[in-house]
Amino acid sequence: MSSAYMIDARGIQKKFGAVTAAADVQIAIAHGQRVSLIGSNGAGKTTFVNMLTGYIKPDAGEILLDGQSITGLAPRQIARLGVARSFQIPQLYKALSVQDNLLAAIAAQQSALSFWRPAKNADSMALAHDMLQRFDLLPHAERLVSELPGGVRKLLDIAMALTRQPKVLLLDEPTSGVSADEKFPMMDTVMRALDGSPTTVLFVEHDMDIVAQYSERVIAFYSGRIIADDKPEQALAMSDVKRYVTGELIAATDHA
Amino acid sequence: MALLLTILIDGLTYASWLFIVALGLTLVFGILKILNVAHGSFYALGAYATASMVALFTSMQLAPAFSLVAMLLAAVVVAALVAPLCERGLLRMFYGRDEVLLVLVTFALFLIMEDVTKLIWGVNPLYVADPYMLFGMVEMGTLSYVGYDFMLVLIALIVGVSVWWGLKRTRFGKLVLAVIHNEEIAASMGVNVSRVYALAFSVGIFLAALGGAFTAPMISVQPGVSVGVIIISFAVVIIGGLGSIPGAAVGALIVGLARSAAVHVWPVAELFSIYLVMAIVLMFRPEGLFQRVQARKI
Amino acid sequence: MTARESAPMRTLLFGLLCIGVLLLAGAAMPRWLTFLLTMALANGVVALGIMLLMRSGVVSFGQGLVFASGGYAAALGFRWLGWTDGLLLTLAGGLLAALIAAPFAWLIARYRGIFFAMLTLALSMVLYGLLIKSTAFGGSDGLNMGRVSYLGVRPADAWVGYTNYAVTVVIVGMISVLMRVYFDSVRGLVVLSARDNEIRVEYLGSSVQSLIATNFIIAAFCGGVGGALAVIALGHVEPDYSYWTRSGDFVFVAILAGHHSVLAAFVASVALELVRSFSSAYFPNSWQLAMGLFLLAVIRFLPNGIGSLWVARIRSSAAPADAAARGSA
Repeated sequence: MSSAYMIDARGIQKKFGAVTAAADVQIAIAHGQRVSLIGSNGAGKTTFVNMLTGYIKPDAGEILLDGQSITGLAPRQIARLGVARSFQIPQLYKALSVQDNLLAAIAAQQSALSFWRPAKNADSMALAHDMLQRFDLLPHAERLVSELPGGVRKLLDIAMALTRQPKVLLLDEPTSGVSADEKFPMMDTVMRALDGSPTTVLFVEHDMDIVAQYSERVIAFYSGRIIADDKPEQALAMSDVKRYVTGELIAATDHA
Repeated sequence: MALLLTILIDGLTYASWLFIVALGLTLVFGILKILNVAHGSFYALGAYATASMVALFTSMQLAPAFSLVAMLLAAVVVAALVAPLCERGLLRMFYGRDEVLLVLVTFALFLIMEDVTKLIWGVNPLYVADPYMLFGMVEMGTLSYVGYDFMLVLIALIVGVSVWWGLKRTRFGKLVLAVIHNEEIAASMGVNVSRVYALAFSVGIFLAALGGAFTAPMISVQPGVSVGVIIISFAVVIIGGLGSIPGAAVGALIVGLARSAAVHVWPVAELFSIYLVMAIVLMFRPEGLFQRVQARKI
Repeated sequence: MTARESAPMRTLLFGLLCIGVLLLAGAAMPRWLTFLLTMALANGVVALGIMLLMRSGVVSFGQGLVFASGGYAAALGFRWLGWTDGLLLTLAGGLLAALIAAPFAWLIARYRGIFFAMLTLALSMVLYGLLIKSTAFGGSDGLNMGRVSYLGVRPADAWVGYTNYAVTVVIVGMISVLMRVYFDSVRGLVVLSARDNEIRVEYLGSSVQSLIATNFIIAAFCGGVGGALAVIALGHVEPDYSYWTRSGDFVFVAILAGHHSVLAAFVASVALELVRSFSSAYFPNSWQLAMGLFLLAVIRFLPNGIGSLWVARIRSSAAPADAAARGSA
């Protein structure tokens, strides 16, 4: 633990033309916290995630990862520093089997890529087996990605991100596209796989039940600003969050 | 300055037929997203068909002037017969697939057509030299130039203007532009994309064959002409920008003039200079001079 | 889930076995066959380089550049520098080709699809243009070179063909073993996964540009070695080695082989050589037709190449059709 916060974003500004995606965003996340980011589409949470992973650069402000500035670095460099992400639409290697996907992820995360050490060496195979086990993917090990159901693909996508025990794991809408009865078992599997690990987890979610169940802190976005930052019970009860995010407040008293 | 004039006229002549051919290539890419390696083969087909057609007209005792009609007819016949065969019978199977895959398919087509022309017309060179002197000689200063060359420039201009007018001013042209910009939306709005593709391909082939038809009197028509034509056409469309009509014109001019200058001033550079320009364009401005297609870079 | 640390050793043993079989068989073959196989192996190793690039997700249409570079290096080394050792000339060929490709590698590695293909094509045609007009390099006639010696030994007349063949078998065999080990390695798996989904590879921390640039240089070395071996066997090199149709031949073999099996590159190359030799005697005007039709059949029905016939794990995946070129996410 080289610094107080794992993620420390200060004064983040980002505009896309006339659209403000981030207006003086300030977020500090402690080591090992489980945080969910909520907000309607276009509220700025995806932009924040993209800035955190290096996909886009903030117009102003700074992002520190475990004390080190990552503002403006390329995705590849940030990944090497310990930020791993999963994708809303699973980004998998379609031509390879589930096991090979994991082996490929393990391989890609190594700093020196060996020209001769077999991809299927003992260490990598053990690690891959471990991930397969933790994510209940063992029965699918030899199957091609194209044969997998949606929920399993999402699990694989997340498993691949976790292979190097990242400092930060970003889950981009982990349960989107997953059927209602699969959501909780899936998140249970993910959380169980993360059990005991010091990884800081951020997840972007639209399902408030998932948010309430699996995060210890909720940050709500609206129009590029943070309108709530609290424990789930508190944050989800706020009228602003209800109005702008969850859509529960339909008839507001201040509308004449 | 006679040298300069010679370079200019030579370059312009070369650029003319090159423009016609490259225009066909760039249209097919712009509309069907296919980089057709066999495009040169259709050029050769046009040249061969012209040889036959001119021979036919001569045997029918028609006046030599009719040989121009023969050329046009040859190009039309080639396009009408071969284009639907290739498009419907072959390319259609691979639409929407990886662009490199389609290049490989057209490469296979090129191999096939090399032998088809050999099987039909034999391996000996054919000469269609007579029409070349149809327009006599033109005196310019101390030198005289072949009138046919100027006619070629005229034809190139007519072709360029016709295609431009066809795309920008006719209803069908607007449909084609819609398909170029967004094929899916065009289809969902009722445009018969299939027909657009088929027609566009035919026009592309027609242009290649036309180029071959009108240059037939200037070359010896033999196996292997397609090989040189396709590679230099590639250079033109890359330099000008894939899918761009003005690009094909400018590219053809650049290549034609560069080659002409090299031939007369520094022969060593004749070939490599063109491909050097192509390589430089690809390295520093891969979309070409007239951007139409985004270069796939990461 | 067995760990295959022994895989490189097994690959080496299999490679040595193949080399041994070919060496023995070569002694019993008629001369025309050993020569044909020598050329097939030389061409095959160039295609092997393309196979490596295909595994990275790109197809080079300009390996003529490195093939010619290697060939001219051998011929010039022999004529200008007086090097008569075949091994030295072959190494020189590979190195010169790699050196010529190196300055372009990083830039080229940013391109994909037809732009990658066109750029490699353009570069090979630049070399062609230079060679054909250069009197110093023999112009359109090219250059001849005499017989080489190996480690000081000049083979007797009757044995020239066999020694060239044997050396080719050994060199190409060793390169193949190394290539297979590379394919199976950690880096090789990242390369293969980059072909499938570059975004994922980048977000896992590896640079796809760096992978492709490296492979471009390795493929160049292979191409140069192939060129040198071909010229040594043939005794002649010409600008045509860099012409686009020659590059097309190498791509043909690579597509036919697919990107899964190293052996397939040579099976495909031998098949092509056999067809070419017999056809020019019996069907001179229709063998290209046959090749074209065959290529179409392979693209349509066997998109993963003939290697997929015996590499058991390859089953039809979500995008079988684009496997012949580049599978994209």
